[in-house]
Amino acid sequence: MTITVNGDERTLEKPLTIADLIRDLGLEGRPCAVERNRSVVPKAEHDSTLLAEGDRLEVVTLVGGG
Amino acid sequence: MTETIRPDTSHVPSLTIGGRTLSSRLVVGTGKYQNYDVMCEAIDASGTDCVTVAVRRERLVDAEGRSLLDFLDTDRITILPNTAGCFTAEDAVRVSRLGRELLEQLGNPGRDWVKLEVLGDKTTLLPDPVGTLEACRELVADGFQVLCYASDDPRLAVALRDAGAASVMPAGSPIGSGRGVNNPHAIALLLELLKDPAQGGDPDYPVIVDAGVGTPSDVTIAMELGADGVLLNTGIAHAKDPVRMAHAMRLALESGYLGARSGRIAMRRYASASSPFDGVISTIPGE
Repeated sequence: MTITVNGDERTLEKPLTIADLIRDLGLEGRPCAVERNRSVVPKAEHDSTLLAEGDRLEVVTLVGGG
Repeated sequence: MTETIRPDTSHVPSLTIGGRTLSSRLVVGTGKYQNYDVMCEAIDASGTDCVTVAVRRERLVDAEGRSLLDFLDTDRITILPNTAGCFTAEDAVRVSRLGRELLEQLGNPGRDWVKLEVLGDKTTLLPDPVGTLEACRELVADGFQVLCYASDDPRLAVALRDAGAASVMPAGSPIGSGRGVNNPHAIALLLELLKDPAQGGDPDYPVIVDAGVGTPSDVTIAMELGADGVLLNTGIAHAKDPVRMAHAMRLALESGYLGARSGRIAMRRYASASSPFDGVISTIPGE
């Protein structure tokens, strides 16, 4: 299964939830927001949201800005 | 002996925006600093309790980098996420929602706040008025308190206020340009339309001059025009001594606030001597 994370394609060997993906990306425990196909998936739903073929994800955080 | 208590005329009161009260009227950005330590010192020196931040993709390759959030005392400071870098209303709405999700995770009081920016082009970074208004309407409908970066057009400001913006934030001049308040007359008219009850305004409606500040006198000018606060980033972050400049900006804001409410003298064509002419021993020309 292929998904896109922050503009880059990734191939998943097995079905993953958003929480699994965040763990695999090394972001567990850090504040990050996830948008799936242009809709925010609240953190409370990360465990229960299974990724699907072709999903486009944005994983964002807060950085310095004006 | 009876002591007369004189009201503290040096006091600059807090500012309420969208149901939340800020103790400082200076809002500062967190971008462009040399490092996080300087940023923290500058934030302290500015006296602010509200900082802006941007929403960006996680850099998935660099896990060891220190995060902005490790440096901000999010219990004390309200974080105001911006939609900088958005050129359409649709993208600005997406970024606003992601910012809200992040602040909910942090439990920050600013979670329903957004500094809305819908920009027209990458060169001037001037606001796109049509996209800004469209995004403002959508975000207000979605429950956001929208602090709306805008051009200094008085009628656009009225339209944004009518669309439900919690605050209109006209640019003094382009972001990061350091050109100060380019069109004081436009800002003065804008303030009149939004604040004067005779014009359908509300004196308590918050207007913040956002962008373009280069030097402390720019802050003072904005406040003397009647703005409720000033938002700036580059003027502090890129100064040679950002911490000292942050302190200067704080003083400039207080000066402008107090000056604006002290009833300045009228300008005169000719001089008006401060020392009496009565009793001079000199010869006065023409007399």
